[in-house]
Amino acid sequence: MTILEPREKIQKEISSLISMLDFVVNQTGLPIIKDQKNGNKLWVSTRELTLRYQIPINRTSKFFEGLKEGKVLATKCNRCNTVYFPPQDDCPKCKASSLEWVEIPPEGEVITFTKINVKPMSFSHYNDYVVGIVKMSNGVNVLGWINTDSPRIGMKVKLKVYERKPEGYLTYGFEPL
Amino acid sequence: MTRNVAIIGTGHTKFGVRNDVNLQELAWEAIKQALEEAGIEQKDIEYFTVGNVGMWSSEELPAVVIGEYSDLTPKGTMRVEAACASGSAALRDAYLAIKSGEADIALAVGVEQMSQSPTPQVVELIGRAGDYFWEFENFGLTFPGYYALYASAYMSKYGMKEEDLGHIAVKAHYYGSRNPYAQFQREITMEEYLKSRPVAWPLKLLDSSPITDGAAAVILASENIAKKYTDSPVWIVSQGVGSGTANLSRREDFTHIEAARFAAEQAYKKAKISFDESYKKFDVAEVHDCFTIAEIMAYEDLGFAKRGEGYLMAREDQTYIGGKIPVNVDGGLKAKGHPIGATGVSMAVSITRQLLYRAPKGTQIDVRNGMGIIHNVGGTGHYAYVTIFSTRRPEP
Repeated sequence: MTILEPREKIQKEISSLISMLDFVVNQTGLPIIKDQKNGNKLWVSTRELTLRYQIPINRTSKFFEGLKEGKVLATKCNRCNTVYFPPQDDCPKCKASSLEWVEIPPEGEVITFTKINVKPMSFSHYNDYVVGIVKMSNGVNVLGWINTDSPRIGMKVKLKVYERKPEGYLTYGFEPL
Repeated sequence: MTRNVAIIGTGHTKFGVRNDVNLQELAWEAIKQALEEAGIEQKDIEYFTVGNVGMWSSEELPAVVIGEYSDLTPKGTMRVEAACASGSAALRDAYLAIKSGEADIALAVGVEQMSQSPTPQVVELIGRAGDYFWEFENFGLTFPGYYALYASAYMSKYGMKEEDLGHIAVKAHYYGSRNPYAQFQREITMEEYLKSRPVAWPLKLLDSSPITDGAAAVILASENIAKKYTDSPVWIVSQGVGSGTANLSRREDFTHIEAARFAAEQAYKKAKISFDESYKKFDVAEVHDCFTIAEIMAYEDLGFAKRGEGYLMAREDQTYIGGKIPVNVDGGLKAKGHPIGATGVSMAVSITRQLLYRAPKGTQIDVRNGMGIIHNVGGTGHYAYVTIFSTRRPEP
């Protein structure tokens, strides 16, 4: 159970395409293929761009510490009482910083949902998943996967921290109540 | 100083898989047509803006690549991004340049070549358009997925049926099959619609606009200059703009696009049009039907239908030519195709040609008031642009 596992699967597919490109270059001296549908000539770039971002989280690191304790945390501005989820450490309304961290109550109700059938490349190793937006009992909306085959609007669900497989990292989602 | 701004030339390529050309060749097809239609040369253009989202195509600086290829260098330019409303953002930038007196003639071109990357990567890149970390990184939303969240909520609240969405798709293909520029040239039946495979429940493949290559261009001029080049300018009467939260969960309502409503109210106010009777003013509308549900919400956000009644306009086929108001009679994003950065400009081209009786056979509306409107939404209600056009000269 690693992040490497799904990546290697994608890498295998890419490598087999590159082997075919090598064959074309060997035969013709150029990385030019023909579109199988319309016959248009295409230069297949010999340069690949792989991006994996490193996103700064210092200001919200308490959220991630919370996950380790099984808690999903939001921030709250003590001047205007706004609760922020996703959490942010600045309240732009009050121009205040260093907000208070509060736990999101676990119960909520599904206000809308979808089931993703056609998946992005980096999610292609998962089965179809249900994503919903849930109104929690404190009025804050949380978006996440709902672990159910029969989602419906108005369904009561429970927010919980769990391990995302196969990557093995902590995240949060919903279970039907 | 503010001045009247007119469209004096339009250009539009065939939409579809356009890998017979590269990005700059594609843009040039539209630019060349617009120059010829306006009867001007590149030297007359003082400023140009390029609407392009890119990422899936190789050029990182499309504005200068297109400028060089089209012999527009050294005129000032920039590439603008407002997701699927990038074309309207390009139009806005060129419009403001003329309106403010900075330039007398400006070009807005929108271009996108999405077929340069494989479909799963395009799905990935569009899925990242929102709040990357809190929506995509952990939950893998897709573009149909975001709009599906609206479709589910709308269906549950108002009792809209799958077939109601199907009416939008059937209409789009009906007109697309009559528009030679459209990606899909074939009509579809309700049965085919209902059988098409799900992409993000409740949305199906036939609810969705396709991945498209294409370009469109308009040439804008100030009033004095426009008079020299044409007897039939189409004027930009007003424009309204809005934005929505990046993260969908920060929104309260999933049955309408607040940014679009906000933009429409501004555009109507500037044009002195009452919200509830707006449909009486326009002979034709182009709305952002990236997914069928989006067209239904657009009817309501533009005031053509009351809240919760947009789907009835679809059910009763009120947006065909001859109905309450013709909408997307060029095929819309659904059938004409949706080359993201080009769509807003393509809408402006369609409306201009409609108002001048130059629409393809079988798609021409009756011009009564000489007014049309475009509604162009970027992302999932992240950006919104509403622009009103008229054959009658506006009060400056």
